[in-house]
Amino acid sequence: MLTEVAPPAPAAPGRRAQLAAAWARPDVRVGLLGAVVAVLVAVYLFTDVPGSLAFALEIRSRAVAAMLVVSTAVGVSTVVFHTITQNRILTPSIMGFDAFYVLISTLIVFVSGSAAFLAVDELTLWLVQVTVMVAFSVLLFTWLFGGRRRSIHLMLLVGIVLGVFFRSLTEWMQRMLDPLDFQVVSDAMFASLTRPDETLLVLTAVLVAGGVALVLPLRRTLDVLTLGEPAAVGLGVEHRRVVMTLFAGVSIMIAASTALVGPILFFGLIVANLAYTYAGTFRHAWTLPVAVLLGMVCLVGGQLVLERAFGYGGTLSSVIDFAGGLFFLYLVLRKGAR
Amino acid sequence: MIALENVTKRYGAQTVVDDVSIRFGQEGVTALIGPNGAGKTTLFSLVGRLVRPDAGRVTVGGLDITRTPSAELAKVLAVLRQDNHVAARLTVHDLVEFGRFPHSRGRLTVEDREHIERAIGYLDLGPFRHRFLDELSGGQRQRAFIAMVLAQDTKYVLLDEPLNNLDLRHMTEIMRLVRRMADELGKRVITVLHDVNFAATWSDRIVAMRDGAVVADAPAREIMRPEVLAAVYDTDVDVREIDGRPVALYYG
Repeated sequence: MLTEVAPPAPAAPGRRAQLAAAWARPDVRVGLLGAVVAVLVAVYLFTDVPGSLAFALEIRSRAVAAMLVVSTAVGVSTVVFHTITQNRILTPSIMGFDAFYVLISTLIVFVSGSAAFLAVDELTLWLVQVTVMVAFSVLLFTWLFGGRRRSIHLMLLVGIVLGVFFRSLTEWMQRMLDPLDFQVVSDAMFASLTRPDETLLVLTAVLVAGGVALVLPLRRTLDVLTLGEPAAVGLGVEHRRVVMTLFAGVSIMIAASTALVGPILFFGLIVANLAYTYAGTFRHAWTLPVAVLLGMVCLVGGQLVLERAFGYGGTLSSVIDFAGGLFFLYLVLRKGAR
Repeated sequence: MIALENVTKRYGAQTVVDDVSIRFGQEGVTALIGPNGAGKTTLFSLVGRLVRPDAGRVTVGGLDITRTPSAELAKVLAVLRQDNHVAARLTVHDLVEFGRFPHSRGRLTVEDREHIERAIGYLDLGPFRHRFLDELSGGQRQRAFIAMVLAQDTKYVLLDEPLNNLDLRHMTEIMRLVRRMADELGKRVITVLHDVNFAATWSDRIVAMRDGAVVADAPAREIMRPEVLAAVYDTDVDVREIDGRPVALYYG
């Protein structure tokens, strides 16, 4: 009688191989990152409470909300900007957004004095800054991209020149300020995340959500744009219309979040580039959320370390600028080496 | 048919394409030859709607390219450009998938996947499908881009200097593929070529441009004459018959 010989069981895939296979999946990676963010947020909210938990929660959840809004605005706009410009070492700040924001603040103090600057209610100030920044970017964009001439490079170049111009103008005005006024201006020059005004926070969140709503339906078209303009046009992308829409989204998000917390765009560079590596795919359906989550890790984690480990009440943005500068150098040098 | 009617394109004071009227797209392979700066690439860019003509009209399969939605045109016309630098890290499969974008807008259907498989198989890219583009040799890369164009499943295919930077073997390989695409799949291929011998060997019709104008347009054999080539390139070209095939000698 023939006994059926069981074929040798296929070697069970090792734990290591299983893990590697799971790690290769973008959804697993995003899930893990989301878990890390959740833990960080929980630690930030619930540990080291000095008095009433309810009070601490109210203050802190507002800070977390601000960080989420800023991470979304900066992460999404930087990734989109990289894809439009086909360049991964730029941030939208190259268009002079940050410089313009500081210029507006300085100008107000310069013209009407710090007392008036502090007296203006925050909502009015925010509205003015958002409007002026959006108007500026729309003008620049339609001038250099909307007409017959349409060159993203020309637009970037003009943006850089204008940025330098704004900075020099700001510096010149700041030199003429009296020390007290200068103090007020320099406070405005560094991003501050921990004490956002509630109304402004809600308004900013609405604008940022609007920007995301413009960008997100175009995520697959963004994938095609990674091939560059000629190939994308060949594949049926209405390049001009798509880029206009994307740029409108970027401007709105950047203007709103910069007006809320101050200049913080440099941090988008770190977050976006880490996102490309971490997501392991060029697809925007993954790189966009990863950039936002990594932004949360940086901001919440950074704030935790600053506040709890060093007992430092200062602004996170100076640390981010320092770390961002080092990372930028690393990116440039690595690009050069290849 | 791809039809250009009195098309003119100027860059500043320089006229790059000068009142050109021509029809492309009968069956087979058409080669576009001419010296550097003759306007070949600009002509392709005009048809590929990357630049707008200053005067004249371009139609592809009866569709006016300025009035037809870009996505519709992308279903009948595929263009492979000369310079295909990609900033992101893509695999061969990712790239070929992009060819389906005009049809699926990025959401692949079963039919899209069949087209992708067929294109990858047709270009023998199976073993490389999960390789990144920057890990491929020049010939493999070029094949990957042609697979993308094939997956786009268009009647008309424009190839701008597909032999750039390839060695002898890969040049021949690509031209053989182009020929097969025309003969087996019925593609109407129009390709810019610099080597007139490749043009004569593999194409049915040769169009020669110079100074923004079409100066010769005839079956391949008739173009391969010393006086015609000399007029096109403004340099002496000798043509000999070898094994019944005209061969241009222009190595000085």
